[in-house]
Amino acid sequence: MIGIERVRVSYGQALALAGVSEQVAAGEWLAVIGPNGAGKSTLLRCVASLARHDGQVTVAGRRVAGLSRRQLAKLVAYVPQSPVLPPEMTAGDYVLLGRTAHIGYLRMETAADRRICGELLDRLQLTAMADRALGTLSGGESQRLVLARALAQEAPVLVLDEPTSALDLGRRVEALELIDEVRRERSLTVLSAVHDLTLAGQFADRLLLLASGRVSAAGPARVVLRTDVLEPVFGPGVEVLTDSAGTPVVISQRRSRAVTPPAPTPPVLTPPVPTPPAPGR
Amino acid sequence: MTANRAQQAPAASRPHPADGDGKPAAVPARRAAAVRRIRPGRAIAVATAVLVLALIAGVSVGPAGLSLPTVAQALATRLPWHPAMPVPSIDVAIVWQVRLPRVVLGALVGAMLAGSGAAYQGVFRNPLADPYLLGVAAGGGLGATLIIVTGVNPALLPPAAFAGAIGAVALTYFLGASAGRSGTPGTGASAAVVLAGVAVAALLTAVQTYLQQQHAPDLPVVYTWILGGLSLASWSDIGLVLPYMMVAAGLLLAHRRLLDVLRVGEVEAASLGVDVGWLRLTVVAAATLGAASAVAVSGLIGFVGIIVPHTVRLTAGASYRVVLPVSMIGGAAFLVLADIAARTAQSPAEVPIGVITAMVGAPFFLFVLRSRRASQDLA
Repeated sequence: MIGIERVRVSYGQALALAGVSEQVAAGEWLAVIGPNGAGKSTLLRCVASLARHDGQVTVAGRRVAGLSRRQLAKLVAYVPQSPVLPPEMTAGDYVLLGRTAHIGYLRMETAADRRICGELLDRLQLTAMADRALGTLSGGESQRLVLARALAQEAPVLVLDEPTSALDLGRRVEALELIDEVRRERSLTVLSAVHDLTLAGQFADRLLLLASGRVSAAGPARVVLRTDVLEPVFGPGVEVLTDSAGTPVVISQRRSRAVTPPAPTPPVLTPPVPTPPAPGR
Repeated sequence: MTANRAQQAPAASRPHPADGDGKPAAVPARRAAAVRRIRPGRAIAVATAVLVLALIAGVSVGPAGLSLPTVAQALATRLPWHPAMPVPSIDVAIVWQVRLPRVVLGALVGAMLAGSGAAYQGVFRNPLADPYLLGVAAGGGLGATLIIVTGVNPALLPPAAFAGAIGAVALTYFLGASAGRSGTPGTGASAAVVLAGVAVAALLTAVQTYLQQQHAPDLPVVYTWILGGLSLASWSDIGLVLPYMMVAAGLLLAHRRLLDVLRVGEVEAASLGVDVGWLRLTVVAAATLGAASAVAVSGLIGFVGIIVPHTVRLTAGASYRVVLPVSMIGGAAFLVLADIAARTAQSPAEVPIGVITAMVGAPFFLFVLRSRRASQDLA
């Protein structure tokens, strides 16, 4: 579904991607992992044709650089790491923005567009928020809303840059489970940058490990999430805990420098404070 | 209700997308509500009511001291099939040749300045953008000064100011768009265009200042033009600029949905399917056409293009489906009212209308700004 061939991007002197090639099959979820500055976001932006690049990116067999914005938006729905959420815009109107590519240049949204977006809000349990201003939504609600906008594009490819970066631990799993559900419902191809290796390993079909703009490893979690693969990229101290089947479950990193523990100080003894009797008892 | 049920039937009989694995299609228990439409109707109605009152006040107030019935009768004399009315022809002339063109031109200029201010703010996502951002004022000022100091036919002044304004923005746009090339194809030139506008305006203002200093006797005329005003309004002026203003207003209103898409930024708008470079060019061209038409017949009237759109955003909503039409109507009303103050405050002398728009508009705007949350988006 997505073909990436020898893609090279440079920002001035700095080389962000140094010839990356990869294929993503239809219906597959590929997670791009790697340290900061490895080129994850740049690769995603190339697929959405938002970064000038050498080499070739194709989606559904068509070169993205040769497509109009409208044609591309019908193929690829892109969500940046920190989407702009105009605080005064209502959630419903925000999701309607996803219909842009389906609306004629100077035309307005049709009843069908409004119905599609209403159904998406319903599917992502956001109907109650439809008339709320974006400035009043929580991080988790905003994240679901941005996903709803991307789904409103009805594109077969979903490109998500760090979809969980703004969420707390519990919300991250929830968000990725939701993405997994909708991609199965709609047979979407998902390309996402994921910071959290543990979550990337649990949700994606395959992982692409980037380091300094090059592919360092690619394959299923079992192959990529290994200490000997990760340590050269992330530094020493990487630990991979696997379950009985050999599937990586937790990836963590020990602190690399030993620190001498401070000398124990004697506990400060304070006289016990008598608790006042609870009123009314 | 029955019609509703009939419409629902085909939707319910379609297989649910979740059931692609061969299970029987589940009938949804209820239907999701469609996303509601933004309805600017109420804000437009309020603004229109204010405009109508302003127009009535504008034709009724003046140094001639005509009574309201006299004004009404004088207005009626030009209507087809009007009853015979004993109105002195001088009163008819005052209403039809002096007051009415002035009020109508004031409304048109106010609508254009406020509408193009709103559009510039939207397309550059900059709350400080105004119609003069890209050099309309400097170019128009230079064009007008050239005509005044060379002493050619004063009838050429509006076309010269118009041409100067359009030329300045074209130069700004050419310089900025060619300089600003970002990593994202089709986006990112906005900041470069705004900066090029600063440079072009500085250059043209310098030339204009030099010209006026070289022709000291013409200084008061140039100065009066720059301060702006509607005292020379005539039907021929209106005829001259109305076609351009209609085109500008139509184009801007037609882009109201796309300006809403641009509220999420150029990169996201591009990813949603908008050709951002083309959108920016079209909206800037339309806004410049409107602002240049206004400048050509009224000089440089400040503050309208900033104060009116922001007041609309803060009171009626930030969607361009509201901001554009309501700013145009509100800007028309605001300038007609400001002009009443300009010609009555020191009657029979006139206070420059730019002084009124700033003195009344700025405190009012500060009041509106203070009375709302600081977190609101202003562009």
